[in-house]
Amino acid sequence: MRILKFLLQKEFKQIFRNRSILTMILMMPVVQLLIMPLAADYEIKNIHIALVDLDKSPYAEDLQEAILASGYFISVGDFNSFEEANQAFEKGTADLILEIPAHFEKEIIDFKKTSLNISANAINGVKATVGSAYLNQVINRFAQKLQANISGGIQVESLNWYNPFLNYQAFMVPGILVLLVTMVGVYMTSLNIVKEKEVGTIEQINVSPIKKYHFILGKLIPFLIIGFFVFSLGLFGVARLVYGIVPIGSILALYSFLFLYLIAVLGIGMMLSTYAETQQQAMSLAFFIMMIFILMGGLFTAVESMPEWAQWVAALNPVTYFIEVVRLVVLKGSGFKDLLPQFGIIALMAIISNSWAILNYRKTT
Amino acid sequence: MRYFTKWPGGRKDPIKMKQFIIFIRKEFWHVFRDPKTMLLLFGMPIAQIVLFGFALTNEIKNVNIAIVDQSGDWAAQELIQKIQANRSFSQGLLLNSEAEVEEAFRQGKVKVAVMIPPNFGLDRHRPEGSQIQIIADASDPNTATTLTNYATAIIQDYQKSDLLPGQGLLRIETQTRMIYNPELKGATNFVPGVMALVLFLVGVLMTSVSIVREKETGTMEVLLVSPFNPILVIIAKAVPYFFLSLVNLTVILILSVLLMDMEIAGSLGLLYLSSALLILTALSLGLLISNSTASQQTAMLISLMAMLLPTVMLTGFMFPLENMPWPLQVISNIVPSKWYYIIVQAIMIKGQGLASVWREMLVLMGMTTVFLTLSIRKFKTRLA
Repeated sequence: MRILKFLLQKEFKQIFRNRSILTMILMMPVVQLLIMPLAADYEIKNIHIALVDLDKSPYAEDLQEAILASGYFISVGDFNSFEEANQAFEKGTADLILEIPAHFEKEIIDFKKTSLNISANAINGVKATVGSAYLNQVINRFAQKLQANISGGIQVESLNWYNPFLNYQAFMVPGILVLLVTMVGVYMTSLNIVKEKEVGTIEQINVSPIKKYHFILGKLIPFLIIGFFVFSLGLFGVARLVYGIVPIGSILALYSFLFLYLIAVLGIGMMLSTYAETQQQAMSLAFFIMMIFILMGGLFTAVESMPEWAQWVAALNPVTYFIEVVRLVVLKGSGFKDLLPQFGIIALMAIISNSWAILNYRKTT
Repeated sequence: MRYFTKWPGGRKDPIKMKQFIIFIRKEFWHVFRDPKTMLLLFGMPIAQIVLFGFALTNEIKNVNIAIVDQSGDWAAQELIQKIQANRSFSQGLLLNSEAEVEEAFRQGKVKVAVMIPPNFGLDRHRPEGSQIQIIADASDPNTATTLTNYATAIIQDYQKSDLLPGQGLLRIETQTRMIYNPELKGATNFVPGVMALVLFLVGVLMTSVSIVREKETGTMEVLLVSPFNPILVIIAKAVPYFFLSLVNLTVILILSVLLMDMEIAGSLGLLYLSSALLILTALSLGLLISNSTASQQTAMLISLMAMLLPTVMLTGFMFPLENMPWPLQVISNIVPSKWYYIIVQAIMIKGQGLASVWREMLVLMGMTTVFLTLSIRKFKTRLA
């Protein structure tokens, strides 16, 4: 215990001595959390739509009005044929083309099948899918309104729970915070130990009567505290004050998970550092791992849509679980009971990564 | 070959080509001697292109759906089968009440729920109709919108097959075509994106660290007092990474053609030229960082912590740039990989030529010049 106390004293001195790094660790997440969620906005407004109305009937006009009134679309003009509208596509001024066929109104009134053509510029996959989804929604609503005037049938009512105004920031901010905390943890631990190797001070530790787990704990605890600090700063400082996101679930559950998660992630950082001799190696390793953590964590693209083998990769990614947990707790009000599986997995990861680090750390070379 | 140039600090030094080459050789040795870093340098782009090319897609499928059947009649059964058969949704979780739906949402088990009302079978043919509720977990807004659409489409489809003789039904259908990228392949979006990320970040990272490392270990002192021109010492450091990045680019291109079935629509030469330009930009930014920092940790924190996320997000392959608030659109202009991403898309996917990308290439050239000038200004021949 006494040894651990001295080690901690040493680590904290080293951390606080280097003010520029300390401020970077604390400020960078805050600044990025302020800016990045604004970029991560899938809610797409200003979709440029080219309208081709071959019918020119009151119904066709009503539909176009409904589309433009929805607030998502900006008309780039009315065209007389698909070919004309297609030129707007090629110039890149339009994202979508809606073609209303001739006899649109007549077919509706006669209960015949009528078909609207939507073409989307799918080079930008996001805009194409989201844009055509919005357009379909407007058309569905239009159809339902007409149907309701005629007869009963099946009506569909859709509800958006947990986020009725479809606020995208509520979705992104907690996820980005997770990434930032992970980065701080993985980079700092992996670099810290390798630096001792490179500078040579690790020799002194190796020859002194310090147990392996002392050493690992001595490195773990300071960064655990920093991780807690950064996370709280993000959650209560930025997310709450700037974005107005108030966690509706159990804060205790969230912080308990954070504790296990940080141990797991820091363990990964230390495990990496046992394999590297130079900071350059440690950093390339950490960079590699971080890229996978970020892109496969389910923040940017849904895990369910990935092929099966990739879902396995995502299942091995601690970030996936924390992003899930943060969203569940913050947005949906989940508590301990709902999160048991995630708790189990992250605890297992924490045990594995740290034992790996301890086993692979050699006091002799 | 010798000619004279004036360097900062008023020193007049001859540039000796032979010495320069010797220094470059030294730098190559530094790189090749470290097989672990080499392995990562090459392994990283390969792993990433495979991983992201296949795994990342904007398509939504296999989503867990919950179904609450409050009627229990055969009409509801038919509808449920239709939902289960759809490839957007997985098997479907049959639940009994709204409370159970809420629990499933809170555990993150499902993302959307369909509630079939009591007496569905009978009511659906009555004048007042029957109302099905679709409840989406809107904590993820876009998935919610898309899933609601999918589920609505299935119900409408069911309704069509379920008409009584003589019953009138509006049949407004939509047919959606995805032009340029009909299968919504993620690869067309992500391959250029990963290229931009890997080439840019690796370049910045490696140059900045390798120079600061010499400062930290003290060997920089030796180099600076040598009769060789100090700026060329630094430039020689960047040369190996320039060639390594070109090799990386080749590997990425081969993989995306062979594995990802991507076609390179435009000129390969132009693609290499513009890539070389981006690599130069990255290397000169790396030089600037290394000239402004004293420790490897600081250099890494700047090039990783400060740059990774902004580069991922502001390059434009994750989130459409034109959708962002204007301050961010302005900021994105200083991200070099954004310009490169535009170039690669134009050349690789649309098959356009120099005429449509020269502006972006000029921007990259301008950035390189600025970074180089700044780092030469900042360069000190004396260590603190």
